[in-house]
Amino acid sequence: MANIKFSRKEFEKHVKITEEIKEKIALFGTPLESLTTDEIELEIFPNRPDLLSLQGYLRSFLAFLGKKPGLKKYNVNKPDKNYVVKIEPSVKNIRPYTVCAIIKNLKFDDEKIKEIIDIQEKLHFTFGRNRKKVAIGIYPLEKIKLPITYKAEVPEKIKFIPLEMNQEMNGRQILSRHPTGREYAHLLEMAEKFPVFRDDKGEVLSMPPIINSQLTGKITSETKDVFIECSGSDLESLKKTLNILVTTLADMGGEIYAMKLNYGDKKIITPDLTPEKFKIKVENVNKLLGLDLKERDIKKLLARMGHSYNKGIVEVPAYRTDILHEVDLIEEIAIAYGFDKFEPEIPEVSTIGKEDDMEVKKRKIAEILIGLNLLEISSYHLVTKQDIKKTGLRIKIIEVLNSKTDFSVLRPSLLVNSLKVLSENTDAKYPQKLFEIGKVFVEKENIEENEKLCITLSGETDFTELKQILDYLMRMLSLEYKIEETDHPSFIEGRCGKIIVNNKEIGILGEISPSVIKNWNLKMPTVALEIDIENL
Amino acid sequence: MEIKEEVKKIIETLSPTERKVLPYIEEKNIKKIQEKTGLSDVAVLRALEFLSNKKILRLSQKKKKIINLDINGLLYIKKGLPERRLLNLVAEKKSVRLEDAKNLSKLSDNEFKAALGALKKKALINLVNGKILLQASQEEISKKSLEEQFLEALPLELEKLKPEQKLAFQNLKNRKKIIIIEEKKEINAELTDLGKQILSQDFTKIIDEKMIERLTPEIIKSGGWKGKKFRRYDITSPLPKISGGKRHFVNQAIDYARKIWIEMGFQEMTGSLIQSSFWNFDALFTPQDHPAREMQDTFFIDKKSELKNKEIIQKVKEAHEKGIGGSKGWRYKWKEEEARKTLLRTHTTCLSGQTLAKLRNLKEKKGKYFAIGKCFRNETLDWSHSFEFNQTEGIVIDKNANFKHLLGYLKEFFKKMGFEKIRFTPAYFPYTEPSVEINWWHPEKKVWLELGGAGIFRPELTIPLLGEHIPVLAWGPGFDRILMDYYNIQDIRELYKNDIKQLRKIKFWIK
Repeated sequence: MANIKFSRKEFEKHVKITEEIKEKIALFGTPLESLTTDEIELEIFPNRPDLLSLQGYLRSFLAFLGKKPGLKKYNVNKPDKNYVVKIEPSVKNIRPYTVCAIIKNLKFDDEKIKEIIDIQEKLHFTFGRNRKKVAIGIYPLEKIKLPITYKAEVPEKIKFIPLEMNQEMNGRQILSRHPTGREYAHLLEMAEKFPVFRDDKGEVLSMPPIINSQLTGKITSETKDVFIECSGSDLESLKKTLNILVTTLADMGGEIYAMKLNYGDKKIITPDLTPEKFKIKVENVNKLLGLDLKERDIKKLLARMGHSYNKGIVEVPAYRTDILHEVDLIEEIAIAYGFDKFEPEIPEVSTIGKEDDMEVKKRKIAEILIGLNLLEISSYHLVTKQDIKKTGLRIKIIEVLNSKTDFSVLRPSLLVNSLKVLSENTDAKYPQKLFEIGKVFVEKENIEENEKLCITLSGETDFTELKQILDYLMRMLSLEYKIEETDHPSFIEGRCGKIIVNNKEIGILGEISPSVIKNWNLKMPTVALEIDIENL
Repeated sequence: MEIKEEVKKIIETLSPTERKVLPYIEEKNIKKIQEKTGLSDVAVLRALEFLSNKKILRLSQKKKKIINLDINGLLYIKKGLPERRLLNLVAEKKSVRLEDAKNLSKLSDNEFKAALGALKKKALINLVNGKILLQASQEEISKKSLEEQFLEALPLELEKLKPEQKLAFQNLKNRKKIIIIEEKKEINAELTDLGKQILSQDFTKIIDEKMIERLTPEIIKSGGWKGKKFRRYDITSPLPKISGGKRHFVNQAIDYARKIWIEMGFQEMTGSLIQSSFWNFDALFTPQDHPAREMQDTFFIDKKSELKNKEIIQKVKEAHEKGIGGSKGWRYKWKEEEARKTLLRTHTTCLSGQTLAKLRNLKEKKGKYFAIGKCFRNETLDWSHSFEFNQTEGIVIDKNANFKHLLGYLKEFFKKMGFEKIRFTPAYFPYTEPSVEINWWHPEKKVWLELGGAGIFRPELTIPLLGEHIPVLAWGPGFDRILMDYYNIQDIRELYKNDIKQLRKIKFWIK
């Protein structure tokens, strides 16, 4: 998810922000995050990268308000003779596609340059999946000699002065020394050859998706015309990104020129701003929304979302990335209609509710134990390696990958968690009588999850009290049980038993061994039991 | 003098211990009261507290500094101060070399230096050419020093030292662990006017041993209570708190939510916390390059899951790669390997997907289901982040269901959860269309807060799982925000902190 900030002054040149407009902003699906005298901050959902610029946002929002409804037309000029990018087959295995355009007659000042860099970064981060899927380069046309070649070269041969540096570096050096190079090194470092754009003089423009050249890839306030390229792995996404960029720049006053891309024998021309066509049925709209809209209502509502409708066909702007199916357009209609205008209703269908059997059992067990004055605790399913060690367990642990905290082990037993709770509560009044019901994880052929019950008594209490609790629980659940002596690293030898129901071992009980008590810094003698309740 | 009725009533509440203590209040000293009454100090203190509750006396606390023996001090009381031991040695030998004196006296370096200093200062010895010579008279030798007298007199109150004791204190306080200053609280009791009034009466006329203190089975049986008075209890006095067995407050809330779902006619779905990427993401039309599928957002486990239903897998693949039921799809190469990755579920929506797949082969595909349970994300742990959270989820499978019904269910559900003023705004999830966000107007904070997301499942999800497109209304509010608001918890870690004191204190979930 991305939050964007616009200048309030620029925004209010088009729409004054009133209470009503604030409500409209929410109902348009762009939650208002904050509003100051200088700035307005909005959240843009990942399906709408076209709203990440002020131009793109206003284009759609003004249509939504009914001020400028309908499909906005953009003029794309035919490419001049040398508006050509040659794509060599060498890029195929590393970053196979690029799509390009030229925009002329822009007026840049520091403010505008910053705005464009902002849009570029937002698109990189969201739709571009952090430059992996899409990376964007924008270059001052006056510094470049067309046509341009896109190819892959051995990194040592790619030599240029990258942005923010004052000396020439080669491809490898950039990945290891340049800050941006280091940040995105993982996208290239496995490759033998790195992608590069070169102009007709052989000057390096950039090494995508890492960095532009200081000489040929930096926009200044002198710049009027720009060359834009998007490179990446998915042609469709690249085209969409280019469309978002060129329409934004056109809204800033630029003129769009197409370019010819030569993929060997295959030639394509970009950008292509032809609207995409979708079929829609009035009947489907009304069925899904529970409304009774006429065709002309639908036409009007779709216009509010920047689309055009004619005889069952919707034309969708070429910069929209999120329309995959008729249902997406039906949602557009619902948004234009206004989520606040729908009358909520519950259909009269009778169904019978049912609680899961295991949940019923768990609740009953909890009720029995509460009756015995035990306090329920609830702890994390993840524990630390230290926790396992302190409990004296010598088992193969199941770990999650790359945890951001020390909590990386799926708990093998609730006893670990209960002892941890006791150790964190040595200042609370004793006796402390606790229980927890929850899942533990055991690795067999697959990882199994078992519902367990753990009881710990700490302070002035003893094994007999614990056994009495077990006995009461078993009687209340009408279960016959036996206890047989056993050994367990967490318990004192000779004071530990396994609990058997229907000839099956369901758990263990005993007095916690002093070494485990010391590991956990517990102050009081403690007894504990843990049983499987899944198969009771 | 006529005793006022209120005073009489108060007298009738005096317990036997209180009656014993009352005449000795003027003693002001708990030890003395103990001696006179023969009660333990705990009993005296409790009686004083009860009397204070009844406004018979005023309790006040004074902090006192008490000088007491420290570790070395205790030792010296038995063995003598180092200077005493050295003086005795010198007295015996009259003259002794420094090294010999140190060895013979068995004093440590520090002790020896201190002893020498102390004796020289009092001119009891003299040092000449590395020898210690005796200067003291027999009388001076046998007389106890100020320091020795001081140590024997301990404990003493710092404020009340006599001049010569002060001198000894000054001499000893900087030496190693001989004395220690401890702070002690002294409780003082003073009779109030009411107390004086009561004491001036012969209260034994009103209350005495003939009054019944405790009703026993014997008294009941014998009828000995007839015609007698019971000692009054002070039924308004404050009490030490007790606490009982209780469910964890998160589970109380979960049980409540479960009850709401069942009232609304929903059946419970449960399932594993460990899921395949397939059920958590792919089956829910979440593309394989979606950011949520990266390691920094989701907990993966290094183990491949088995994917069983080949038909569903094929359809899901188709939905992603080229679309299904009129969709364009995500248009990329879908990889089964990626779908087999194992993870801790990031939402309960995976259970909804599995429920739909179970209905696939039924003739009539309809029903209302809910789930409630833990979900995970790879997060740090601080006041606003947690790697575990609760989610609840409901789906309605009904061929006639529409968007208005979705809003209707949401309104009803949240109303039952206690959220009256809510609004719906557009949202985005990969697997629903239309998608809705539920906002709640927080009456105190005066802002719209996000309660959760909802929507109607996309055909790209329902066709592979159900076998055909039937509208499925779905909503999955996060639960922890609701809980924290109710219990007024600011720090999310408190939900699973298991602070026993807090658990004993926390109020019940009452809604």
